[in-house]
Formats: sequence, structure tokens, C-alpha cells
Amino acid sequence: MNKYPIIQLDHIIKRYFVGKPNELEILHGLNLKIYPGEFVAIVGESGSGKSTLMNIIGALDRPTEGEYILDDIPISKVKDTEISHIRCKKIGFIFQTFNLIGKLSAIKNVQLPMLYAGVSKKESLKRSKELLELVGMKDRMKHQPNELSGGQKQRVAIARAISNNPTLLLADEPTGALDSSTSRSIMDLFHKLHQEKQMSIVLITHSQELAKETERIITLKDGQIISDCKGEGYHEHLG
Amino acid sequence: MNIWDNILLALQSLRVNKMRALLTMLGIIIGISAVIAIVTLGNSMTTSITDSMSSFGIQNVNVSLVEKSSTNTSEGMTSIRMFSKPSYDDEDLISNQMIDDYRKVFSNEIKAISISENLSQSKITKNQNTATVNLVGTNSDYQIANNIELVTGRFINQSDMDLEKLLCVISTEFAEDIFGTSANAIGQTIELTLNGFSKTFTIVGVYQYDSNGQVMSSSSITTDCYIPITTAKKYTNSQAGYSSFTVVANSEVDSSSFLKNTTSFFQSYYTLNDSYTVSASNMESMLESMTEMLSTITLAIAAIAAISLLVGGIGVMNIMLVSITERTREIGTRKALGATNRNIRLQFIVEAVVICLIGGLLGVILGIIMGSIGSSLMGYPATTSISACIISVVFSMSIGVFFGYYPANRAAKMDPIEALRYE
Repeated sequence: MNKYPIIQLDHIIKRYFVGKPNELEILHGLNLKIYPGEFVAIVGESGSGKSTLMNIIGALDRPTEGEYILDDIPISKVKDTEISHIRCKKIGFIFQTFNLIGKLSAIKNVQLPMLYAGVSKKESLKRSKELLELVGMKDRMKHQPNELSGGQKQRVAIARAISNNPTLLLADEPTGALDSSTSRSIMDLFHKLHQEKQMSIVLITHSQELAKETERIITLKDGQIISDCKGEGYHEHLG
Repeated sequence: MNIWDNILLALQSLRVNKMRALLTMLGIIIGISAVIAIVTLGNSMTTSITDSMSSFGIQNVNVSLVEKSSTNTSEGMTSIRMFSKPSYDDEDLISNQMIDDYRKVFSNEIKAISISENLSQSKITKNQNTATVNLVGTNSDYQIANNIELVTGRFINQSDMDLEKLLCVISTEFAEDIFGTSANAIGQTIELTLNGFSKTFTIVGVYQYDSNGQVMSSSSITTDCYIPITTAKKYTNSQAGYSSFTVVANSEVDSSSFLKNTTSFFQSYYTLNDSYTVSASNMESMLESMTEMLSTITLAIAAIAAISLLVGGIGVMNIMLVSITERTREIGTRKALGATNRNIRLQFIVEAVVICLIGGLLGVILGIIMGSIGSSLMGYPATTSISACIISVVFSMSIGVFFGYYPANRAAKMDPIEALRYE
């Protein structure tokens, strides 16, 4: 395991409605380190603070207290304008509901983060084709999202998430809207990316089954980490 | 993410909601087309009026008597006053002596001095053919001042004037109606009624009648019949002087200083006259004031039409607000994927501008069509102002920027977490 973590959360506290009578503390001083190439599952029941934690890790939200360091960048000190660039280059988001842009074809969806990152059109097009081939969507590049099945949409979304070679792939219930066989193929794709591309993946799920096949399982309850243990891993799990 | 990507994206999103986009554009289309149509109509009228006025002779200076109280009014207005006929005392009128003096003083600058007086209408019956003429008493210079083109014969000359001869010059229309051809008319006599008395006049010339674009059945045309003004004065027992006349300056003469000198020359005769003085104006100044008046009217109407552009702009703003609400999740996703606030703002501003640009272009096309149809219905040649078209399109684009900014800014400032959670 590498010495320097890509994600370092130090005593993270997140409160909502600060200073108001209905002030609500969701995360109570979380500490967490995730190292490059790790495949981590964050599990917990609804209301445990999973989503809040994901928003903080994904630099969509800032902690009320504590320090978050992403790939040597102290996110708490970064200006709002720069945070978009950090999201663009360091993090690949995968959502439960895919969130593909409806009017754009599969290939244009994959191209989008690269265009935001300033990659040339020609280069981004070339890379989009490679990525769609990698996720097994070579034949559907020109299709609009409404012409794709759920599993296909999620494959396009995964290709989009890894288009800028992010430091971290952040997947929020990626199989939540899929049937079991499609879920299996999506999980296989995550394992493929992890093993072949050495991608660091954080999988947020409420499913213990899916969590088991990762390398590390972090369990949240009431805004605190109650366990941080080794998972079974892909091969052991299947075997 | 450059502008071109945003334009393509905007076109794509307009294609998804074609009907909505069209309805949104409608305000802009109506506004722009109204402005363009009105400007086109105004331009056509101005061009047409300018053309027809220039044919009267831009170098001509009208010298006319005006009441002293009205000397402050604009030159255009005093010129229009010529058409009404107030009553003058004999000593108020411009005398032959004054005109002769004037001709001597400005002999190098004057090409012709045309004097004319509209008399009565006269109905002529000859060889079972009937025609009506306007009798106009003129001097010999009238031909030069009014660009009268003779087909055959000659115009009234100075000796006709001096001898108060019973001669006339008729139009081609009249000659053809009564005598068959113009050549046949020369030397023939016609009976003209002057002041109730019938007199026999000999035809000495026939001039080319210019219909000036008026469309009438040829049998009903009343054309001018010119007789020596001295003859007219004699038989109508009218006053000796004139209330107005026209001076044709040589083409190299500076018209404004000539106008000024003419005015001051004649005004010197009227310093002691309590009621009247003389005002000189030329077609140029009249034309200027009329063109100015027309363009003010055009501008005023166009400004009213521009209000519908404001309404159209509000429509665009409204639809953009609906659009960003509908696309909240998309905005959230884009932000998560790394779009900056600037990217999002630009995307929606470009979308609003594209709506307005398409609306503006359609409006310009529709406006040109409406303006052309309107002009041709009114009998003017259509003159579309290219600058008005360009200004309209640029203006409609700026409406897009103005009314698109607020919705776009709202989209840009959305919290990505809230936006992603939006159902």
C-alpha cells in the first residue's frame, strides 16, 4: 500500500443550518484515509451520513470543520472557482440515476468533461471512442440516452466519469436502479477498471453484498465510522 | 467548451422543443418585422418624395410674400403657405420693377426667373372632342424653371409677353385628344374662357406631358395650358404685381448664399411694409424639412413597435427560467462533471441569444416582405435599409444577452448538491 493517501479526512464535522435553532450535525468528526488504487465501499443505512460524506469527498460540499485533503490539495482552502476544476480533473462521478445529458449522444456525453477540462475536440473525440470501447459500448456511440437501456446508460456514465483520468472514481449506488444481472456486469466493469487501470474507487452503497466484493468496507452509522474492515475482494468473493 | 459548442448545444435544445422555441421567438419576430416594415415603408416614401421633388428642380428658389408675423416659421412652412391665397393690396405685391432690378443685380447668378399664376379651368370642345385644361399664365422663363420639354412649336417668348398676344402652349395629351397628333395642333385656334369672357387663342407649341406616375384613365386628365401672363393679367383685370415667383440659379451658384442674398434683396423693399415681407426658399430646404419630418414619424412609429421587442424579451426570459428549472438536474450534473459557473452562465446566455438571433433573422425577412408589399400597394418602390436590418439583428441579440443574463446567472449559481437532488 502506498504511503501517501489520495484522500485524507481529518476530524470532519458537517452541520446544517449553522447558528439556527434547527442546527443539525450530520458528521461528527470523521477521520479517514484512502490510498491510491484502493477499492473501498462505504456502507450504511439511510440517514447514516453516506451522502453527506460523498458530497464532501466529491468536493461538491465543504465540511463545517476539519480538513479534507484530496491528492495533496487542501480542499477547505480552495476558492469556489477552482473547485470546479478540481472536480473536473480529480473526481469521476457515477450516479444511481446515470444523469446522462438527454440531448447529447453517448459519445458527446463522454466528451463533455474533457471539453470542460480544455482538451481539444479532436483529442477528446478520440479518447471518447476508446473509452466507450473499453466499457463495451462501441456500437452505441451515436445513440441518445433515451435509446439505451439502464445498464448501457451506466456504462456510458462510467466512461464519462473516467474520461479525464481522475484520481478517484466516486460511485453513488451505481447499481441501485439496475436489475441483478445488469448490476453484476456493472460491478464486473468496476473490478476491471480497478485491476487493469489501477483506479481508486469509492463505492457508496447500502448493499452489504456488493460491499463484500471490494477490498475495504467502511461502515457508517449516525455520522460516525463504526467499522473499517477488509473486504473479501473480487476473486475471493466470486470463488 | 467554446462558443461554437454552446451554439450547437443551444440549437439542439431548441430542436427538442420546436413549438416552444417558435412561440418564444414570436414576440421577437413580430417586433423586429414591425420595425423593419415601418422603416422600409418610411424609406420608400422618403425616396419617392425626394425623387419627385428633385424633378421640380433642386436649384429653384421660390420667392413669395409672407405675412410679417409668420416670418419666424420654418422655411418649409412658408413655402407651403404659397398654396393658400391671401388677399394683397397692390403696393404689397412684388412689382415688375423689383424683378427687373433683381435680374440686373444678380445677372451673373440667375439663369431664369419664372412667373406663373394659376387661372381658371377651361373646357374645350372641338371637332366633337372635349378636354379640360388648367389655364396657367406664365412668362418665357417658366419653361426653364419647370423643365418643360417641347415636342413641337415653341414656348411663350418675351415679345408675346410685351404684346400681350393671344397664344397658348398645350400638352401632348390635350393635342392628341382634340387634334389627333401634336403636329396637327400647331397653328390651330381654341376658345378659352378668361374671367367669363371667351377668347380665341392660337396654339404655338405642344409640350411633352409627364404623368409623374399617376395612373388615371387618359380621357379624364386635366393638363396645363400655358398663356402669356401679361395676356392673362390684361383679361382678368388682376393686380399688376406678383405674390410669388421662381428663380433658377446657375448650377455653379452656392444655393444657400444665393438664397440669403435673394431674401435680403427683396426684404429691403418691405422694411416699411407693416403686413408683408418676402421669404425665399428652395426645394433643398423644403426637401430637408420634409425628409426630416418623415424620418421623425418613422422613428416614432418604429419606437412604438420596439415595445413589442421588450415584451418579446420578457417572453424569452420567462422561457429561459422555465428551461433552467426543467434542466436543474442537467445543471447539477454538468457542475459535478467540472463545469464552472462561467460555463453554465455562458451556455444559457448563448441559448437565449440564439433564440433571439433566429427570431431576429426571421423578423427581418418577414419585415422586408411586409414592407415591400406595403410600399408596392402604396405605389412606391421598396427601399430596404440594410443598416436597419443589421441594427435590428444586433439589437435582438442584445435583447437575448439582457434578458438571458438573469436566468443564466440563476443557473450558474445553483448549488450542485441541490440541483442533483432535484426531482
